[in-house]
Amino acid sequence: MSASPVSRMQFMMCAGTGCMASGSIEVKEALLKELAKRNLQDEVQIIMTGCNGFCAMGPLVVVYPDGVFYNQVKPEHAPLIVEEHVLKGRVVEKLLFKEEAAKDRVPLMRDIGFFSLQRLIVLRNRGLIDAENIDEYIARDGYAALGKVLTEMTPEDVIEEIKKSGLRGRGGGGFPTGLKWEECRRYESFPKFTICNGDEGDPGAFMDRSVMEGDPHSVLEGMAISGYAIGAEQGYIYVRAEYPLAIQRLQKAIEDARDYGLLGKDILGKGFNFDIGIYPGAGAFVCGESTALMFSIEGKRGMPRIKPPRSAEAGLWNQPTNLNNVETFANLNPIILNGADWYASIGTEGSKGTKVFALTGAVNNVGLVEVPMGTTLKTLIFDIGGGIPKKRKFKAAQIGGPSGGCIPSGSEGVEIDYESLQSAGAMMGSGGVVIMDNLTCMVDTARFFIDFCVEESCGKCVPCREGLKVMYDKLTDIVEGRGEEGDVEFLFELGHHINNTSHCGLGKSAANPVLSTIHHFRHEYDAHIRDKHCPALVCPSLIDFVVIEEKCKMCGMCFRNCPSDAIIWEKKKVARIDTEKCTKCRTCITNCKFDAIR
Amino acid sequence: MAKISIEDLKRIKERERSRMVLREGDFRAKITVHMGTCGIAAGARDVMTTFRDLLAKRDMMDVMLTNSGCAGLCAKEPMITVEVVDQAPVKYILVDKEKALRIFEEHVVGGNPVEDYALAKGSETQAT
Ligand SMILES: Cc1cc2nc3c(=O)[nH]c(=O)nc-3n(C[C@H](O)[C@H](O)[C@H](O)COP(=O)(O)O)c2cc1C
Ligand code: SF4
Ligand code: SF4
Ligand code: SF4
Ligand code: FES
Ligand code: FES
Repeated sequence: MSASPVSRMQFMMCAGTGCMASGSIEVKEALLKELAKRNLQDEVQIIMTGCNGFCAMGPLVVVYPDGVFYNQVKPEHAPLIVEEHVLKGRVVEKLLFKEEAAKDRVPLMRDIGFFSLQRLIVLRNRGLIDAENIDEYIARDGYAALGKVLTEMTPEDVIEEIKKSGLRGRGGGGFPTGLKWEECRRYESFPKFTICNGDEGDPGAFMDRSVMEGDPHSVLEGMAISGYAIGAEQGYIYVRAEYPLAIQRLQKAIEDARDYGLLGKDILGKGFNFDIGIYPGAGAFVCGESTALMFSIEGKRGMPRIKPPRSAEAGLWNQPTNLNNVETFANLNPIILNGADWYASIGTEGSKGTKVFALTGAVNNVGLVEVPMGTTLKTLIFDIGGGIPKKRKFKAAQIGGPSGGCIPSGSEGVEIDYESLQSAGAMMGSGGVVIMDNLTCMVDTARFFIDFCVEESCGKCVPCREGLKVMYDKLTDIVEGRGEEGDVEFLFELGHHINNTSHCGLGKSAANPVLSTIHHFRHEYDAHIRDKHCPALVCPSLIDFVVIEEKCKMCGMCFRNCPSDAIIWEKKKVARIDTEKCTKCRTCITNCKFDAIR
Repeated sequence: MAKISIEDLKRIKERERSRMVLREGDFRAKITVHMGTCGIAAGARDVMTTFRDLLAKRDMMDVMLTNSGCAGLCAKEPMITVEVVDQAPVKYILVDKEKALRIFEEHVVGGNPVEDYALAKGSETQAT
């Protein structure tokens, strides 16, 4: 199905459940045969699409560039379509779709931005298969990629294909997966291991959980392919113990795969042995770091060690080990089946394929989305995410979790890929995106992430262990009104120091949220320090809790919502706050539509 | 289960594909409850139980009840997908027991989607 540069025409075949049942695969094969017969295979490309919502009229074929819409196409129509439409450029009237059938009040999936702008590769089976039924996974081409590599490809071929696809690790670093495998393959010591990182420690992230729960076999299949490529016979999945449903479904999937001989000895009768064990992790954020994770599996304390040697040479039990993220593994089946060229045709120059994001915070459609690399942040927030609730304004997006940075309003046009995010001062990370509105205080947000890192620091090195605490205390001073001139400069210097001298990725990036908020929202720090005021009205010590008379529209919303009866209001009178009774809960602030309380 | 071969993979795929799609199987309708962690937290289990009870009470054998992973739109969970043979699948959002009852009567039994609760129709597979 790889894109051919000279194709002048595309047949979009509906491959939704409805059309598949009515025979779209057979129609596709008939069309391919017919095209080949006339030597047109390079000129016409057949692309399988999702359900068009007109399943009753399937199988459907839409011909581009003209957009002609054929319905109830049968394999025996193939010669007619090729002869008439492709060769002579004439529309086949009798197969044309008639409007009436489509009239309906319920919108189509594809008219809803949340679904239509997504491109599902990793989440290809989402909502479609029963996660606990291996046959349903197989029905959607599951294990066909494993079958293909075992019959048609050498391990070197697989590595070459993955390199060519441009796939980069989705665990945060974005390291090219093919290169990683190649290095691991080079070391001859046996046994070797391949490990799936399902630790998912970023606050707000749940992409990997969803894949492990909803499509566990896609992870197993990817791991088996990596095992074959690097020469490993044993794999481990490291999942945080807080994900019981994921563990349960992975366990079931492993058992079913073993029953079918898709794991174990002599897989598919091709002489390849590979098995997988699950390792419930302790749940510390730092255990997601590669060397700490491996220590943890060995039963030691999860503390990062100095590299080199790299894990590819001496990882788990000092043997050559490959570590990839859940989402990285879930990409492998489609890459092998559709080819590296297909994959590399999606995304941007340096970042291929799609990325799954967990969209959270102040956005209407909180959820899990998968978009091609290069999708703009704006599309993500507004078209897919449905915008900011309560008519508030978009202020910033924190991307990359506690190691990431924020992208402020005004820069929503940034294309999301590894390079652009980096140059915008954030990072891809694992895919957590927290949207913040105008009622979010950036100083407080930075403090939240530093607090997280203070808790999660393993304590091995001083800058991370002590430096972050000092940072946290300083930020606390600022949000509680004890900030002083020079604090921002101090934070800035300390932050760089921590980033430069810490040992592992946690410490090396821990100060990023502070550095990035200082960079984009310096004025907010200054307001806290100089004016003793929190412009976003978040930090209770820095809010006056008074009604600004000129702004008050006398609507009474604050009065109706105050849980402590602290608002004095009558119709057609400006509200007042009784500071004796006020508990500083901020309810009135979030309810006033006119920004009349400060 | 016996160990399978590459040919078996293809066989299972063909068999399942027709089973997963309604037209060829013995089923007239299929209800999929999206049960990821967040769906369950939002009450997907209750919805599942409601349908299970309804099916048992009526002794309906031609409706398939199954679960699947999350549908991605956490803010609108619990979500279900109802497919009736020869009609586009319809996704429902924020389903609770009450809504489940009505969806069952009108859509599963009656064949008419409940527009009030429907998010969209069609399937979310966007293929490759
Ligand atoms: C503190 C820290 C936490 C990490 N947590 C995770 C995690 O939860 N999941 C993950 O896949 N990678 C995590 N990583 C990255 C891993 O060390 C490793 O790079 C990744 O799993 C490799 O897989 P990939 O090449 O497929 O991205 C973390 C790194 C650091 C430094
Ligand atoms: S940077 Fe922090 S988490 Fe990493 S090794 Fe040092 S103390 Fe531990
Ligand atoms: S909600 Fe705002 S505008 Fe309305 S009465 Fe209170 S302060 Fe005034
Ligand atoms: S902050 Fe809370 S307690 Fe104080 S006036 Fe507003 S709503 Fe009432
Ligand atoms: S499956 Fe083709 S239109 Fe629904
Ligand atoms: S995790 Fe299920 S929809 Fe969000």
